[in-house]
Amino acid sequence: MITFRLESRSGVPAYLQLMQQVKHALRLGILREGDQLPTVKEVTKMIVINPNTVSKAYRELENEGLVRGRIGSGTFVLARPSGPSPEVQTQLAEEVAAWIVRARAADLDDEAIITLVRSVLHNEKEGLSDGNE
Amino acid sequence: MTETNDSIAVQARGVGKRYGGLWALQDCTIQVPAGSITALVGANGAGKSTLLQLLTGLIKASAGEVTVFGERPAQTASFLANVGYLAQEIPLYADWSAQDYIDMGRHLNASWDESLMRRHLEELSIPLDRAVGSLSGGQRAQVALATALAKRPKLLLLDEPVAALDPLARHDFLASLGQAAADSDMTVILSSHSLPDLETICDRLLILEMGRVQLADDMDHILATHYLLAGPQSTKPPLAEPYVIVQETHTGRQSQFLVQTEAAKLPHGGTWHTTPVSMEEIVLAYLRHHQTGQPNKQNGDKK
Repeated sequence: MITFRLESRSGVPAYLQLMQQVKHALRLGILREGDQLPTVKEVTKMIVINPNTVSKAYRELENEGLVRGRIGSGTFVLARPSGPSPEVQTQLAEEVAAWIVRARAADLDDEAIITLVRSVLHNEKEGLSDGNE
Repeated sequence: MTETNDSIAVQARGVGKRYGGLWALQDCTIQVPAGSITALVGANGAGKSTLLQLLTGLIKASAGEVTVFGERPAQTASFLANVGYLAQEIPLYADWSAQDYIDMGRHLNASWDESLMRRHLEELSIPLDRAVGSLSGGQRAQVALATALAKRPKLLLLDEPVAALDPLARHDFLASLGQAAADSDMTVILSSHSLPDLETICDRLLILEMGRVQLADDMDHILATHYLLAGPQSTKPPLAEPYVIVQETHTGRQSQFLVQTEAAKLPHGGTWHTTPVSMEEIVLAYLRHHQTGQPNKQNGDKK
C-alpha cells in the first residue's frame, strides 16, 4: 500500500503532489498493475487532507490512463506511466549522475543546475536548441 | 427547503454589515460551491466572524443579499436544521458530559445521527460519561465537532476551531473533519488567522482584510497562477499583460515581483528567475499589501 505525505511549503498543489507520489510508486514498482489505491476515506485517515483533493488526483490519474475507478470497489492501477523501462531509466540516471559530477566541478549548485535544466527543457520544447545560457 | 441551485452552497452579493458607523464587512460578493471546504483567513477584526454569523442568521446584513442553499439565513428550525455552527470559544457547559450532549441533540434536532457521534468519540477514546470540563482542550473541541456533525448539516461553519489547540489536538481535529467530509457531501467554511494549519484540509481560500474580500478562489488555481519573479532592477516584470502585481520589492540591483498571471506567460531562462510560491507566502503578500495601504497594482506601475 502506498503512503502519502504532503509538503505544504512547496507551492505545488496537493492533488499534484498525490499524483506525483502515485507515479513515483509506479515507476519504482511499489505499485503494480492491478493494485488498489487507498480509498478517499482511507487517505483522510492517513493524512489531514480534503477528500475532494484525493478524488481530483485519482480523476486526473484516470484521465492519464494510469488507473481506473470502479464504482463501489475502488481505484485500481492499470498501467505504468509511459516512459522507459526500469533498465533504460537506470541507464539515463547514471548518465545524469555523470553530468552532475561535471556540473559540480564547474561550481554549479543545486539551484543553478535545476535552473539550467529547466531552461534547456524549455528551449528544446520551443525548438530553440541553440538557446543555451 | 427551496432547492434553487444545489451546486452553490453560499451566495453573497454586495453584502455589508455595519455596527454603528463602522463597517465590519463591506461589499462582499462570493460564491461557495457545495461540497467544498473553504479557509476563511484574515487578521483579527477582518470580518471573519461577522461573515460566519451572517450565514447562520444570528445577525442580519446591513446591505446586499446572502443566501445559503437558496434560502435567506434565519434563526428558524427549518433553516438551522441544515447549518452547523461552532462559535469561537467552543461554548460547552463544563459540567455536562458527552452523553448529555447526545441526549440533548436527540431532543432538539429532527435528524440526529447518534451513532455517528458515538463512533466519532469512541474512535478517539473520549469518555461519554465524564464532565466536558474535565476533558482536555482537544477532547472538548472533538465533542463540540461531533455534536455539530451529528445533525448532519449541509453547511458547517467553524469559527477559529483550532486556534486554542496544541499541534497534536489540532491535527486530530482536522483529521476528524476530513474524514467526516469524506463521508458526506457537506460544505465547510472554517476561519483562522493563520493558514498553514488549514491548508491541506481546504480546497478554497477566502482572504478577508478590513472587512473586504481580498481573494476568493480555488486553492489549486491560486497556486497555478501566482509566481515569484526575481531579476535585474526593473519597474515591471517581463510579462505580457494582463497580470497583477501582488507585491514588489526593489533592493538596489534586484527587483522581485509576486505576480498573479498565467503560467504560460512566464519567462524561462534569461536573467529572470521564476519560482512557484507557497500558499502561505501568497496569503502573507495579500495581507501585507493591504496593511501598507496600497491596492493591487495593475500591469507594473512604478512605486
